Amino acid sequence: MVFVFASILLMTLDQRQQHLDSLRSALSVVVFPIQWLVDQPAASQDWFQETLSSRRALQEENARLRTEQLILKAELQKLEALEAENLRLRELLDSSFKVRERVLIAEIMAVDLDPYRHQILLNKGSHDDLYTGQPLVDANGVMGQVVQAGPFTATAMLITDPAHAVPVQVNRNGLRSIALGTGSLTSLSLPYLPNNADIRTGDLLITSGLGGRFPPGYPVAEVQNVIRDPGEPFAQVFARPLAELNRSREVLLVWSQDEAGMDPAATEPAADETAGEPTP
Amino acid sequence: MSTLVRHQGGGVILLSLLIGLILGIVPLPRVLELYRPDWALLILLYWSLALPQRIGVGIAWLTGLFQDVLTATLLGQHALAYAVASYLIINLHQRLRLHPLWQQSLSILILLMLAQLIIFWINGIIGRPIQSWLYWLPSVVGAALWPAVFVLLRGLRRAFHVS
Repeated sequence: MVFVFASILLMTLDQRQQHLDSLRSALSVVVFPIQWLVDQPAASQDWFQETLSSRRALQEENARLRTEQLILKAELQKLEALEAENLRLRELLDSSFKVRERVLIAEIMAVDLDPYRHQILLNKGSHDDLYTGQPLVDANGVMGQVVQAGPFTATAMLITDPAHAVPVQVNRNGLRSIALGTGSLTSLSLPYLPNNADIRTGDLLITSGLGGRFPPGYPVAEVQNVIRDPGEPFAQVFARPLAELNRSREVLLVWSQDEAGMDPAATEPAADETAGEPTP
Repeated sequence: MSTLVRHQGGGVILLSLLIGLILGIVPLPRVLELYRPDWALLILLYWSLALPQRIGVGIAWLTGLFQDVLTATLLGQHALAYAVASYLIINLHQRLRLHPLWQQSLSILILLMLAQLIIFWINGIIGRPIQSWLYWLPSVVGAALWPAVFVLLRGLRRAFHVS
């Protein structure tokens, strides 16, 4: 009986948030060795692949990366000029806007969580300044956000979890909406758009920055189909997430602008893994 | 529990529970993931059945708590389910031990489903209902694996004189 009450008490406190974060963090340290152990086969496979690949393959990859870097650098030069210009124009308009944010790369641990939720385990935690609600992106788009940060690991929820919603806007015309997860890794739903809304297949959805959690301007999804039923008040819109939610092994954690703005010390690059910090 | 009874092989029990927890989060292909039985609970049920004077509701509750942290579910939901399941099996252990293995499997099926039902209810209460009949598959798989788990752990128990 005692244990039944204890569990109910725990669950209530946990559901009502924040009271148990310290307990959960402490327990997550205790279970970290187990998770680390489970992650090892995948991690060592990566290591073997890198170590045992032939010299030729490495040279080829190196050459490819060099060209890619050259192209990216050239584009970056343009971007820097554009960013400066953008900032100047925004200053004229009296609005503050930060184009770049502090980022950190984390790895997804090869550990399965509840199969009915879209959550992943990251190998970075509050030790690396992660915080609850932190956005997560990969090379193609927004992946999700951190829901619980332990000292060495963090749990993140993907944008396709049924309990997740991202404020988005259509890149073409700025139409704002909310993209809800559907429980399928390949689909998001936008249920609050009226039938006459200007949205069509192929539209790019980007984060709108409303809600203050996701920084504005990151690509989220591409509209896949729009069903307009005259009998219904709202159109049914489905979009395909751009991030490779079930394939990437590495993710990018973004420190969104308000936190960076509030605490200038936190924007200093903390480790060699930190990149992308703008030079003033 | 009298202090005169000597306990042995606590390490074996601990290790087997640990392996159960590890098997619970080992990455599997998406298709197989839905069939994954609740290993920790299966192993826990065996020890509760074999050594009810030793493995009580408290250990079940703690195991469940670790399972909660490992699978990032609501803190306490597996703990509650495990505690209830182990309470029932400890109450029934004298009768269950007499059954042949396949009949035990049926009882285990009911216990596993009960544990899943508790988790299912809690998920419903916190607004994350699961709308798929596949949700109950792990119990069936778990019950089917029970004879194997039972024989294996009994072998371990005898080999290491766990009492």
